[in-house]
Amino acid sequence: MSRISRQEVDQIAQLARLSLSDDEAAAMERDLERILEYVAALETLDTEGVEPTAHALQLATPVRPDEACEPMDPELALSNAPEAAGTAFVVPKVIDEEGR
Amino acid sequence: MSPARDFEWQDRYEAVIGLEVHTHLATESKLFSPAPVRYGDAPNHAVHPIDLALPGVLPMLNDRVIDLAIRFGLAVRGEVNPRSIFARKNYFYPDLPKGYQISQFEDPVIIGGSVQIALEGSEPRTIHLTRAHLEEDAGKSIHDPALAGSDASLVDLNRAGVPLLEIVSEPEMHSSEEAGAYLRALRSILRYIGVSHGDMEKGQFRCDANVSLRRIGTQQLGTRTECKNVNSFANVEAAIDAECVRQAEVLDDGGDVVQATMAFDPATGRTRVLRLKENSDDYRYFPDPDLVPLVIAAERIEAVRRKMPELPDEKHARFQADFALSAHDAGILTGSRELGDFFEAVVVACEAMGTDAATRAKAVSNWVLRDLLRILKERDLELEDAPIEPQALASLICLVDAGRLTVKSAQQIFPDLVCEGGDPVQMMTAQGLEAVSDSGVIEDAVARVIEANPDAVASFREGDQKSINFLMGQVMKRTQGKANPGQVRELLIQKLS
Repeated sequence: MSRISRQEVDQIAQLARLSLSDDEAAAMERDLERILEYVAALETLDTEGVEPTAHALQLATPVRPDEACEPMDPELALSNAPEAAGTAFVVPKVIDEEGR
Repeated sequence: MSPARDFEWQDRYEAVIGLEVHTHLATESKLFSPAPVRYGDAPNHAVHPIDLALPGVLPMLNDRVIDLAIRFGLAVRGEVNPRSIFARKNYFYPDLPKGYQISQFEDPVIIGGSVQIALEGSEPRTIHLTRAHLEEDAGKSIHDPALAGSDASLVDLNRAGVPLLEIVSEPEMHSSEEAGAYLRALRSILRYIGVSHGDMEKGQFRCDANVSLRRIGTQQLGTRTECKNVNSFANVEAAIDAECVRQAEVLDDGGDVVQATMAFDPATGRTRVLRLKENSDDYRYFPDPDLVPLVIAAERIEAVRRKMPELPDEKHARFQADFALSAHDAGILTGSRELGDFFEAVVVACEAMGTDAATRAKAVSNWVLRDLLRILKERDLELEDAPIEPQALASLICLVDAGRLTVKSAQQIFPDLVCEGGDPVQMMTAQGLEAVSDSGVIEDAVARVIEANPDAVASFREGDQKSINFLMGQVMKRTQGKANPGQVRELLIQKLS
């Protein structure tokens, strides 16, 4: 029984902005199939009444006080940027989409 | 409820509106990084390696944000989730360096709650909230060919990581007016309790509107569209109206509304499709392995509760009960925290100065609602920026109360008092406005007016009550408006009968 289709693999690759060759996509399909098979074994366990685990560490979130630091030197912040204009990063034009 | 605006589609369809509000929390530093939260800086002047997603960085939660979220939860009577979880929302966009936004998905920090709205001429309504969750803001992309050239965009990450509370309402509003009223009420609550400054021009309070239509009489929800990032109350209302008109046209033509993200163009007053909706699975949410669950103890909630400021609707009810104000007047006075506090401070100061207890609150509300708000509007001034002290208005009211200043003279002083500040007693003396209470002077003026106006005197004696007003006016003129009007009236009647 197939747990994942080639179409789903292509869709996931697209979401991850990965460009896969046919061979790579086929290999990915086989790998994902095996991963899903492994996870399916867990589904046979009775988890009734067990709280979902969001994190393996049984800790509460550590916090820091609301104090602002000196911001980074903008030149340092931009030092790895392939291109900059003033102190802004320059990126390929973003087409007809808005930030969320 | 009958909306004030009439649309032709309303006899066939009912609008169903749910709103998502993104509000910046009032903090010094960002949600997961210690970079300062500042507005108006040059690009990338308020960033930290965490905001840039440099290799090896880890997020650490801002403690203050927890108190602000609890405060909001208590204010809207929602449930503060004892254990909420941060999740990654994955998408690619240049203003999101990590490739995901840290948000909350299945377990938000606040569950439920409600906001009261009141439209003029309608019964108050309760709008329920689905949830409120914490998330980080993204940076800003700047699409300006003059700066970036026609095939590039600029990215500024100053806003990246600023703490947001996303507040999601149930789809319970049915007109653009209700949506506007909800947004105003929500913003007022956020500002009252100091959770957000709510400055829309700075992007501290942004709204996405989910709109669908359904045939009147049916319960099944229609397909909805989402109008993104509409950034003023007027534009939200206009965007909803425009989108309802568009959807009604589609449905009337026998078509289906397609789930999509819309953009509203204020210039044309129309909405257009920005992109077809990715369904929520496409964001591939999962718990952020860098962050363990946010656990909030009952003791912490209680500690925040003890320090909660008074809420707008509580203050509204108290003003009506304590000061015998109408719901309408109390509504205006409690519309902003600053105005309500100012009003109350004037009443307290009047009390200390011993003005008449029966008329005190009414006198103060008259001065504030009638004179103060008009002057602020004329001068385009915010109360916070006006130099007037509550003590000064109380002192002015006291002078009128004691008959040392006529209402007319007081109104003459008041604009300067609002805009320049100062002491009413000194201003009265300096401008020679102190009321004449010397009965000799008033008697003299009355005698002269009676002598000079035989016609008015005759018609008063024949029973024309209005003539007395004319005669009073003449006496006031003779005394440059400084005579006590009550005293003048009394004397006139005495002399004429």
